[in-house]
Amino acid sequence: MTYVLILVGCVFVNNVVLSQFMGICAFLGVSKQLKSSAGMGAAVIFVMICATAITYPLYKLLEHFEMTYLKTIAFILVIAMFVQLVEIIMKKKMHALYKALGVYLPLITTNCAVLGVTLGNINNDYTFLQSLTNALGTGLAFTLALLLFSGVRSRIEDNDFPQAFKGVPATLIAAAIVSVSFMGFAGMM
Amino acid sequence: MNGERTALYDFTKGIIKENPVLVTLLGMCPTLAVTVLAVNGIGMGLATTFVLVCSNLVISVLKNVIPKAVRLPCFIVIIAGFVTFIDFMLKGYLPGLHSALGVFLQLITVNCIILGRAEAFASRNNVGRSLLDGLGMGIGFTLALFTMGSVREILGLGSWMGLKIPYLCDNPMTIFIMPAGGFFVLGCLIALVNKIAKRKPPKEISCENCPNAAGCSGQCKA
Repeated sequence: MTYVLILVGCVFVNNVVLSQFMGICAFLGVSKQLKSSAGMGAAVIFVMICATAITYPLYKLLEHFEMTYLKTIAFILVIAMFVQLVEIIMKKKMHALYKALGVYLPLITTNCAVLGVTLGNINNDYTFLQSLTNALGTGLAFTLALLLFSGVRSRIEDNDFPQAFKGVPATLIAAAIVSVSFMGFAGMM
Repeated sequence: MNGERTALYDFTKGIIKENPVLVTLLGMCPTLAVTVLAVNGIGMGLATTFVLVCSNLVISVLKNVIPKAVRLPCFIVIIAGFVTFIDFMLKGYLPGLHSALGVFLQLITVNCIILGRAEAFASRNNVGRSLLDGLGMGIGFTLALFTMGSVREILGLGSWMGLKIPYLCDNPMTIFIMPAGGFFVLGCLIALVNKIAKRKPPKEISCENCPNAAGCSGQCKA
C-alpha cells in the first residue's frame, strides 16, 4: 500500500515539474513536440531508476564511514559518470535504443530532477524499494507533464498573443494553468 | 560596444542586459521554487552568488589544467564542493533559511547558470574578469529572485519582508504563493522585461543559452 501511495503521490499530487519545480529547463526546452517529449521522458525514467539503485547503497556506504557530508558531491559524480557510461554502452551494444534516447541522455546530467530524487530519497528516509518506487513515480510524473504540455504548446503556438508575451512568457502562463489543474489532485491524499 | 570589452561591462552585463533569469532564461527551477517570500529570494540569490563567484574563480585558475574531454564532470565537482560548504554554513548559522530553501540549496549544484558561466566565461577568461562576471551574474540573479519574491509575497500573503501591508493582508490571493502563481508571475515578469526592452522575443530557448548545448551539440531540436 505504501508503494501505491508513493507512486500516486509522485505522479499526481506532488508532480515533480508542476508543483515541485524540478527539471523546468528540460520541461521548457524539449516539450515542443510530442516525439521529443516522449524520448526525454523515457531517458529520464531510465536514468532516475538506475541512479537511485546506485546512490542508495552508496549513501549507506558513506553512512558507514561517517562521511554523509559528501553526499551531494558523490551523487552528482555518480549521475554524471553513469550518464556517460550508459551513452557509451548503448552506442556500442543497443543501437536502436541509442537512436531513440541517445540525444537526450547527455542533457540529463544537469536535470535537477534526477539529483533531486536521489537526495529526496535520503531526506525522506525511504527504504531501498520505496526509493525505487519514488524514482519510478517521479520519472513517470516528469513524462506525464512533458507529454501533456507538448499538446498544450502545439495549440498556443499559432495564437495571437501580445508581442511581449510571445514565446517563453506565454509558455509559462500556460504552465500556470496546467499547474492549477494538478492542484485538483491535492484532495486525493 | 565594438572592440575590447571593458571590465565594467563584464560586471554590469549580468545585472540587466544579460540577466540570467529574465533575459537568458537560465536557472528557472530555484527561481520558481523558493520565491514564496522575498527574504527567501535574497537568501537563495546570495547563496548562489557565493557558489558562482567561487566556482568561476577556481575554474578560471584551473582552466589550463583541466582536460577538455572531461571538463564538465570537473566543473560539476568543483561546484558541488562549494555547494556543500554553503549548505553547512547556512545549516550552522541560519537554520531557518536552510530549512526554507530545503533541497534546492543542494540543487544549486545543477543550477544551469553556474555551469553555463563556467563553460561560457570562466573557462575562457582570466581570473579577474571571471570574478567580476560571477559577481555581476549573481547580483542579477539575486535581484530577479528578490523581485519575484516581493511580488508573490505582497499579492499572496499581503506582507513584504515579514511586514504586514494594511488591507492586502486581510484578503491575500493565496494562489500567488502556490506553484501556479510562480509560473504566472515569472511569465508576466519576462513579458514586462520584453516590453520595456522592446526586444524581439526569442522564439524558444536557443542553443547558445542552453547549458546542455555542449552535450547535445544542437541535436536536441532535431
